[in-house]
Amino acid sequence: MPEGIKDKVAIIGMGCTRFGELWDKSGADLMVEAFKECMEDAGIEKKDIDVAFWGCCFPQGGLSGLPLSQLLKLPFIGVTHVENLCASGTEAFRAATYAVASGASDMALAVGVEKIKDTGYGGLPSFGATIAQANFTAPGAFAMLATRYFATYNLSPEEGKRAIGRVSVKSHHNGTLNPKAHLHREVTLDDVVNAPIIAWPLGLYDCCGVSDGSAAAILVRAKDAKKFRPDPVYIKALQIAISSGEEIMYTDFDLAHVESTRRAGIRAYQEAGIKNAREEISMAEVHDCFSITEAVTMEDLQFSPVGRAREDIESGFFDLDGKLPVQPDGGLKCFGHPIGASGLRMIYEMYKQLQGKADPRQIKNPKLGLTHNLGGFPQGNVCSVAIVGL
Amino acid sequence: MVGITSYGGYIPWYRINRMTIYSAMGWLNPASMLPGEKAVANYDEDSLSMAVNASMDCLNGLGREKIDGLYFATSTAPFTERQCGGIIATALDLRPDIRTSDFTGSLRAATTALLSACDTIKAGSAKSIMLCAADCRLGKAGGYQEEMYGDGAAALLLGEKGVIASLEGSFSLSYDFMDHWRSEGERYSRSWEDRWIRDEGYGKFIPEAISGLMKKYNLSPKDIAKVAYPCMYTRAHTGIAKQLGFKPDQIQEHMFTTVGHAGAAYPLMILVAALEDAKPGDKILVASYGNGSEAMFFEVTKEIENVRDRKGIKRNLASKKDLPSYERFSTCREVFTIDTGGRGEELGEISASQVWRQRREFLGLVGSRCKRCGTPQYPPQHVCAKPDCGAIDEMEDYRFSDKKATIFTYTGDSLAFSPNPPATYGIVNFDGGGRFLMDFTDCDLDMLKVGLPVEMSFRMKMRDKRGVSGYFWKATPIRA
Repeated sequence: MPEGIKDKVAIIGMGCTRFGELWDKSGADLMVEAFKECMEDAGIEKKDIDVAFWGCCFPQGGLSGLPLSQLLKLPFIGVTHVENLCASGTEAFRAATYAVASGASDMALAVGVEKIKDTGYGGLPSFGATIAQANFTAPGAFAMLATRYFATYNLSPEEGKRAIGRVSVKSHHNGTLNPKAHLHREVTLDDVVNAPIIAWPLGLYDCCGVSDGSAAAILVRAKDAKKFRPDPVYIKALQIAISSGEEIMYTDFDLAHVESTRRAGIRAYQEAGIKNAREEISMAEVHDCFSITEAVTMEDLQFSPVGRAREDIESGFFDLDGKLPVQPDGGLKCFGHPIGASGLRMIYEMYKQLQGKADPRQIKNPKLGLTHNLGGFPQGNVCSVAIVGL
Repeated sequence: MVGITSYGGYIPWYRINRMTIYSAMGWLNPASMLPGEKAVANYDEDSLSMAVNASMDCLNGLGREKIDGLYFATSTAPFTERQCGGIIATALDLRPDIRTSDFTGSLRAATTALLSACDTIKAGSAKSIMLCAADCRLGKAGGYQEEMYGDGAAALLLGEKGVIASLEGSFSLSYDFMDHWRSEGERYSRSWEDRWIRDEGYGKFIPEAISGLMKKYNLSPKDIAKVAYPCMYTRAHTGIAKQLGFKPDQIQEHMFTTVGHAGAAYPLMILVAALEDAKPGDKILVASYGNGSEAMFFEVTKEIENVRDRKGIKRNLASKKDLPSYERFSTCREVFTIDTGGRGEELGEISASQVWRQRREFLGLVGSRCKRCGTPQYPPQHVCAKPDCGAIDEMEDYRFSDKKATIFTYTGDSLAFSPNPPATYGIVNFDGGGRFLMDFTDCDLDMLKVGLPVEMSFRMKMRDKRGVSGYFWKATPIRA
């Protein structure tokens, strides 16, 4: 087992824009806004940064490091564009972490951004039909996870929808407490269950917001962190697991869970030295692109026993005042989901919570925060798990 | 002995009651009212895709290695330059060293193709030829043809071994009778006055061909078990047989009120329907109509009992879904431009070089099977997908198009654009192994459930901005 990244790298500054349908802002505008907040928070100058990575899934300004470098006028340093679907932001963060940990860099910048609302239609940008690929969308891909989950655990569509619907009710509540969130509106379980169907059995309120936004982080080696601020946040684990393709081709996989999340979770807990995730993790921001994704993720990350997330969801275990708050900032559901920014947005919330700066959403004495992204579709995906703490 | 060695049929799942059409458009042309219903190809079907499905039915349980040719007959070829027969042969996973051709330009193209195929076999140039015919014609909104035309396909395997019905003789008539015509670039055909067509063409050429055949081979009506020919006018249809001395129970049911006039496929479809009920020793006489007429007769052998496991015409007829409105019918056939939304316009482009390189994968649904562990997989893989195997480049070809499967998970997606919303798709597990995410078609969301058996159906998947049609396979609930 490798030595791992635990306590080698620290976050000394972060920034995050408001997320939403930001018709008057470009991706460049958003990156600058996140960068400015991040620099002010870290109290550093641009010339101190010696490497940068930017994560974006649908880059408007072109590929390569150029769009970020030319936007910020970075001083001829190494800048790289990274893409790993919905984990692109966490992938940029991982690259920056490794650059610092290796000693190749003293201070690294990670930026995530997505400008989605320029396509002219709702939902995520279409990849375009191809001959052998089914005519599917993200809601449909995750609806197939719900169909499998319901079939595997003998839930009728009504029971299943009520169980996962409670996930959205909780996140909508948390979103009302967050001024940077895309959606600020309480919903009831009946609202969720009776909403128009987007992809059977998922309805409108089972789906996350489709938003524009950006987030950024500055990383240094852990031993240097306190030179910059008294309350840096340390990286405890950083894992990415990518589907092998076996799930979608080999018939033994039940497709009622997400294999990559299970594997990334196990490796992240080993890296961070966590024995019991349910007891030791203080809070989490997971990839709740759809309510079913969050429910299944609770099991895959060992927060709930397999097949029994429903009991924890219904008992309020994951509520803001519960034992293990999940999506304290509103999650993808209500904070919104600009693909390349989401991973860094999640870390931003953990960072603020660990520093005690989460205002009305503040969780009491958090020690370890976990973030999780799931890109692609449940049967073939990119999964990232990061754990940060004091 | 040369003749038919197997048969198959295909009729689209959707039907529309002609009164539904008349209720919508009858105001324009009150005399257009016709009885019964007609078959309607789904939005993802055309004559080529239907021909593949009829051929798949015909090949049920049979090997394909010994087929030396494929002839396709239609008056609605989706391409004027790009041979449909070659696409169909690839979809059927036939050998490439075969003779393929399209027969078109006339509604008797299928009988001409049938005689040509039998002549090819008699001449020793081929031992076995697949003949398929399909048509998907469209009449102008509110006209008689819109109600008359129906969509369908049939296929016959012709050969000299295992003959179920031997071709005993034929009689061909060719006339430049311009009752219907469609000039280059036109979507709809035009026609001359119906009374003239009925009395001078339809009512004369079929009797002339049939009586010519019977005279040539010294047959009398009592020698014939069934006489089968297309119907354009129901009363005139019965009149022809009567005039030739056939009794009503010798006339093969015309399917005009269940399928409609299926163009070039029509004579083959009624022939297949006749074969389904035939017993050894029966003589079946079939005639086509279009720019003349062709008549031929077959003698059924006892081998016919070996090819009963077919959907054919009967089972396809019984499995159907009524379209509730003229607007739904019009959307299936692209009569008017519907709003696809921005997402519906986001089409990828089809690369000719990629489609060529992966022709067996796309058109033939040929994947791979690991020679080490035996796991079938689609799309074809270099590295085995079975977790504890992992063999590299130890694969053999494996065809999925003729395998049944069950639904493992599914959805009905209202965000994805579909002319038949919600877009239904899911992950299927193939009998014998293999798992794939694919579109479903010919079903409603409430018919789907985990564990439902499905089968593969060949469809037009997309048409890109340069007009290239991409064909692929979709899953459908197993039809009756």
